[in-house]
Amino acid sequence: MSAMQKLPRLTPRQESVPVWPACWAVMRRDLLSSLRQRQDLFNPLLFFVMVVSLFPLGVSPEKAFLREAGAGILWVAALLSTLLSLDHLFRHDFEEGVLEQLLLQPQPLYLIVLTKVVAHWLVTGVPLILMTPVLGIMLQLDGNSIACLCLTLLLGTPVLSFIGAIGAALTLGLRSAGILLSLLVIPLYIPVLIFGTGTVMAAGQGLPTASHFALLGALLVLALTCAPFAAAAALRISVSNS
Amino acid sequence: MWQFFHKLGSPKWFYGIAGRLLPWFLVPGLLLLLTGIVWGLAFAPPDYLQGNSYRIIYIHVPTAFLAQACYVMMAVAGLVTLVWRMKLADVFVKAVAPVGAVVTFLALFTGAVWGKPTWGTWWIWDARLTSMLILLFLYFGAIALGNAIADEKSAAKAVAVLVLVGVVNIPIIKYSVEWWNTLHQPATLKLTEKPSMPPEMWVPLVLSILGLYLLFGWLACLRMQTEILHRERRARWVQELVE
Repeated sequence: MSAMQKLPRLTPRQESVPVWPACWAVMRRDLLSSLRQRQDLFNPLLFFVMVVSLFPLGVSPEKAFLREAGAGILWVAALLSTLLSLDHLFRHDFEEGVLEQLLLQPQPLYLIVLTKVVAHWLVTGVPLILMTPVLGIMLQLDGNSIACLCLTLLLGTPVLSFIGAIGAALTLGLRSAGILLSLLVIPLYIPVLIFGTGTVMAAGQGLPTASHFALLGALLVLALTCAPFAAAAALRISVSNS
Repeated sequence: MWQFFHKLGSPKWFYGIAGRLLPWFLVPGLLLLLTGIVWGLAFAPPDYLQGNSYRIIYIHVPTAFLAQACYVMMAVAGLVTLVWRMKLADVFVKAVAPVGAVVTFLALFTGAVWGKPTWGTWWIWDARLTSMLILLFLYFGAIALGNAIADEKSAAKAVAVLVLVGVVNIPIIKYSVEWWNTLHQPATLKLTEKPSMPPEMWVPLVLSILGLYLLFGWLACLRMQTEILHRERRARWVQELVE
């Protein structure tokens, strides 16, 4: 021990690291690259619409059934569509070596991951929410339910993106990552799904929804604060593995 | 204290200790479990409401306890893997994950068998059952991820992160019967309260719970030994041991 104490102490870097410009640059880059590869932007949305259209055709086109199941169908479809889009979250950056550069930056990886997930949600989650009213009308939902559904998706889809980021980071660079990613992430998605559809059902029955929205908000805060930590740790593991 | 801690990091040392512990887990474990189950199934009084069908409690409750405890133990070991890079912790996670999955399945299965005469249905989608099902999925996810990554160190760390993330499910299972209205009855045994059952019903239950925990310890030691032999197969002490 005494030998170690004689070593000069390492002092932490004093000059401040510009955090916000880096986050902004990551955000700008991610948004630009998704805008330039529009197919990546549209595919999850198309998938969302197609999955939703399977239920009236496959189960029942009856108005009563659709009205009861519509919120659940839209939530499940949004969940699956998010799941499919997760693969893009880190894979391109990983294959092109950008991810390694990001890991080497002095900025906290936590914030970089947070930024990337928010960018991912902006290009995959927001279009789903914008599409929801149209599909809601096709599923015979009334206006009140559709508004409530959109609000729950607004709170819920970022949670899906954040939790999914952990799975995407853990399965980065693996063979058959897609199916493994689903296996890891779906169990963690179930609570979000339950609270999301529970809110719309409560609204449909005329029950107060404040507590449901509070729970969804709590999930969002929890995911926002904790998930980037886990995803950052997982990214370091996956990148050092490759 | 620190010497013990350092020794704990040595697979060879643990292999020997585990070998000596095996009979101490196995014999009392079997005795307790057999006593508990025979007492519970044959001699405990029938329930005034459920008759004899409640007797599956002597299998259902121990497996359900262990299913959650095993996950918590895996999470603690995962934390140790990530923080202190202790080899044995990740050996433990890898060794007990399949055991945990089997025990969780048994808890769900016995619950379904118990649900049929009591609730009139094998399965309901209530909070307790669903959260236990999620626990089973989490075990499968941890096993699948561990198998998918070829490099042992990376696999251990990745599984540790996954297990730690999944630990949010444990309080949900624990409190699901209190937070939501559900068919599932509230907790059977609590450390802080007097049991709601007479002693001739809960004593065999406690015995079988303890017995199952000891058997789990036995199985964990045995599986950890196997895993250590596999990982250290190039080490000289393993080759000498095999010869």
